Amino acid sequence: MSTGIGARVLRKEDARHLAGKAQFVGDLSFPRQWEVAFVRSPLAHACIRAITVPGRHAGRVFTADDMAGVQPIRAESSLPTYKASDWPALARGKVRFAGECVALCIAPTRAEAEDIAEAVELDLDPLPAITDSLAARRPDAPLVHEDWGDNLFLTTSADGDIEAVRARAAVVIEREYRTARQCMVPMEGKAVLARPDERQGQLVVYTSTQVPHLIRTGLSQTLGLDQADVRVIAPDVGGGFGYKCVLQPEEISVAWAAMRTGRPLRWVEDRREHLTAGANTRQHHYRLTAFADARGRLLGIDAEVTVDVGAYSVWPFTACLEAAQAGGNLPGPYAFDTYRCKTYSVATNKPAFTPYRGVARPGVCFAMELTIDAIARAVGREPADVRAENLVPAEAMPYTNVTGKLYDSGDYPGSVTGARRMIDLGAVRARQRTPEPDGRLVGIGFSTFTEQTAHGTRVFGAWGLPLVPGYEQAMVKLAPSGTVEVRSGNHSFGQGLETTLAQVASEQLGLGVDHIRVTMGDTGETPYSTGAYASRGMVMAGGAVSTAAESLAGRIRQHAGHLLQARPDDVSLSGGRAWAGEASVSFEDIARAWYLRPDQLPDAVDTRGLEVTEGYKPEVDTGVFTYATHAAVVAVDPATGAVEILDYVLFEDCGRRVNPMILEGQSYGGTAQGIGTALFEESLYDDNGQPLTSTFADYVVPGPTELPSMRIEHTESLSPFTRHGIKGIGEGAAIAPAGAVVNAINDALRPLGVELNEIPATPRRILAAILEARATPASRGEQGGRTCPHH
Amino acid sequence: MKPVDFTYHHATSVDDALARLAASGDDAKLIGGGQSLGPMLNLRLARPGTLVDISSVEALRGIESTRESVIAGAAVTHTEIEDRPAADATERAMREVAAGIAYRAVRNRGTIGGSIVHADPAADWASFLLCADARIHIRGVGREREVRMRDFTRAAYTTALTPHEIVTRIEIPRADTGARFGFHKLCRKTGELAEAMGAVLVDPERRYCRVVVGAVGAKPVVLPAAARCLAATAAPADLEALRAEIATRAGEHDPVKLHMAAVAAGRAIDRALVG
Repeated sequence: MSTGIGARVLRKEDARHLAGKAQFVGDLSFPRQWEVAFVRSPLAHACIRAITVPGRHAGRVFTADDMAGVQPIRAESSLPTYKASDWPALARGKVRFAGECVALCIAPTRAEAEDIAEAVELDLDPLPAITDSLAARRPDAPLVHEDWGDNLFLTTSADGDIEAVRARAAVVIEREYRTARQCMVPMEGKAVLARPDERQGQLVVYTSTQVPHLIRTGLSQTLGLDQADVRVIAPDVGGGFGYKCVLQPEEISVAWAAMRTGRPLRWVEDRREHLTAGANTRQHHYRLTAFADARGRLLGIDAEVTVDVGAYSVWPFTACLEAAQAGGNLPGPYAFDTYRCKTYSVATNKPAFTPYRGVARPGVCFAMELTIDAIARAVGREPADVRAENLVPAEAMPYTNVTGKLYDSGDYPGSVTGARRMIDLGAVRARQRTPEPDGRLVGIGFSTFTEQTAHGTRVFGAWGLPLVPGYEQAMVKLAPSGTVEVRSGNHSFGQGLETTLAQVASEQLGLGVDHIRVTMGDTGETPYSTGAYASRGMVMAGGAVSTAAESLAGRIRQHAGHLLQARPDDVSLSGGRAWAGEASVSFEDIARAWYLRPDQLPDAVDTRGLEVTEGYKPEVDTGVFTYATHAAVVAVDPATGAVEILDYVLFEDCGRRVNPMILEGQSYGGTAQGIGTALFEESLYDDNGQPLTSTFADYVVPGPTELPSMRIEHTESLSPFTRHGIKGIGEGAAIAPAGAVVNAINDALRPLGVELNEIPATPRRILAAILEARATPASRGEQGGRTCPHH
Repeated sequence: MKPVDFTYHHATSVDDALARLAASGDDAKLIGGGQSLGPMLNLRLARPGTLVDISSVEALRGIESTRESVIAGAAVTHTEIEDRPAADATERAMREVAAGIAYRAVRNRGTIGGSIVHADPAADWASFLLCADARIHIRGVGREREVRMRDFTRAAYTTALTPHEIVTRIEIPRADTGARFGFHKLCRKTGELAEAMGAVLVDPERRYCRVVVGAVGAKPVVLPAAARCLAATAAPADLEALRAEIATRAGEHDPVKLHMAAVAAGRAIDRALVG
């Protein structure tokens, strides 16, 4: 059976994971290793007057003063109006969010390190905290960075002729939408272990990251080291989701302290640290006006997007990637030609914004999908129909949309048709005509999106970031034993890349994945890669492995040709052997000839051997677009606000599927996270910037009983621009659920005159909206949202 | 998130545990299943110098069944109650309450005694035992006493227990064969602490009818007016009346919370009516 592209191969990495034998940073142990605990700021905004270390702990505590010469995290961007921030690994002068690292404490055990951290006294002079991004935009707001004069990291604008559209619109929909601040909650939080390696003359840093090569670059820059003197190893990583795609202050300070003390030092983020100092994503605010004709055909969108990006700009993606992506992706899969959008990346006293699975698109998709349903209600039509009619039609592909994005292939309306069939829209509408026996209200919602994946130089270059991904390289080698080694600088942190890269090599070499070993995550052993983010792994690393494996296959055919007395062109590879007609030779014999018995090969043998490193870049590198429609049926209990998802379907298209089973796993997991965004997850703060959701008792993530049995169907529109027609899929499923679920809730609550425009849609929010609607029944109408009372 | 340094003592008997408590001044804490105290230790919210583990003290284990009562040892786990065959309405209700607490992993270690001593206003046993008019058996050095559940919970995380006492047994009066319990809670997700809960016991033979609402205010409270109405009319609860009584009794004024509490109590009443 083939284990190549398209095969449902079981995951290679699961052998160790299921046996509990994987190696995470927390599993590592070196002689003389000590543990680290951080003193973190208890205040959201304050000047540091003094840090006092009790004499008995001298030499065990380090502060910014000890780290003189270490550069702060500073991410530049060439975008006009952008302001860079300096984020020291340990706070210097000021603290700007509760949870910011102030001092690093070391001890033989974590508990003792925490004892020391507790004994360190901070003398802080509190400053007013700014926790609301709209308030932070006002001229009288306290300043997070005094020298800026305002709290704006960046503003961007796209200026379409909205006034002309307004004049001819039959329907005008005005809404305000809000998405909550969230944590990403990977199973394994951040973790870093640094140790000096005297033999190599290197600092070796084990860290739970998606981007080991970038971390080496970042550590070298901040610590003032030659990159060759730093080796970064990402061992097994327990989930990333974007949380681990940026340089972490803890990586810098732990690496510095290991050099300073000459001792292996480790820090593992605990859950409270994650839920407070890691509350760094998703928080958007929209003011949006949509213009449509009498059938609900979109004429234009006028939007203002405010992203609460927290106190600092992360390296390398900056504080502005989110809002820039929001502005660029708000039109999503829809075809309309007038667009005005202003975006604000606003500094507040919260942790530094980090892009999370879907990057901005879960927010923009939520805003657009609720707007489409609001338009449908306003024109009295079925939302699924209005949605399908507004999507870019298949015959228009490839299509350049209103923000200049080049959609490569696909049938977007077809995904609505598919989801509609799967969930049986007609049956749900029929069910709604009869009251439910338990008094609940049933509703259905759809949500469609495009996901730009594997975007490269032109896109990132336009943002002027410190990092611009372009190519990807991979090394593929026929090892002496006749097995194949693949080396990639990308990384796998749960998404199955160890298996899918092996499948790509298997496809090219005709060798089963069991005989293919994939090595990733170690800068000492792999070609440079900017890493795993932007759903680029399968497209880019897959493309590179495919290219290198194809090249290796050519060399194997050459060597085999010598051994089989055949022309290389007549040699084919399958089943771990090279074939010429009926004659064949095993990979093992081919390898033996090259490594041990070159006397079997002609004098003119190609001495480049059986090890190939090749690079890859798609023909068009502005990204390839995966898309999908999700649909949900919910039952809402109007007495309690409780929501049950009765049915959930996904109709997806990500081009060629390398491993459909792994892909389904990605879709289940992403949808689960999206449902968390829709119904549960919310990092709350009080007015002083104190985090109120610091344990899992307060920060609620969905569990198995809250998640529906999802049903998935696929279609494959190959990308014309990439090897094998592959598109990225890593992020997509997290994008749509909020739109689908909240549209379904609003559909259910329509008889009560309630419309929710804020997530998570908690029982409390839903109930509050219902109680408010009951109190003021006359003021409710189709045009009015709960957060938009002036309609 | 590691606890402060503490001394661990594995108690072998109630007397041993009491002696250790007495010897430690106010610096010792009892630990049973540790499902509430464990996180509090790790968050350093609890900082005892000594932990006295009573989870395997024989006298605190086991469930005794008499004609009048079900008597559970304080160190009986929720799982043990959940998995126990139920012979009558009281035991069935106890099984239902136990099975709804948190997750199985928590229930495997968490104990009924630990739950009431911790006195979280949203704890399931606190509402149920108040509803069932349970009696709490308490031992101190050289003395024993009994406290009714309504006098045991004083406020959030505060009970009638003094620092050197141990809850030994929880005695739940057995309801008559015609009695009906109703229990309902509203949770954001399976296993989360309730946002509101209602517990109801109607026992016409004993002329006993009690309605309790929990997870609002500082502790679960009895709703006598709702109970009188239920006993007299056997009719579904009036939401407005429940809301008004809860506002008065529990001092809860947030309209959404109040509504949830009234709905939880109302549904518990409905359940009791259905039997």
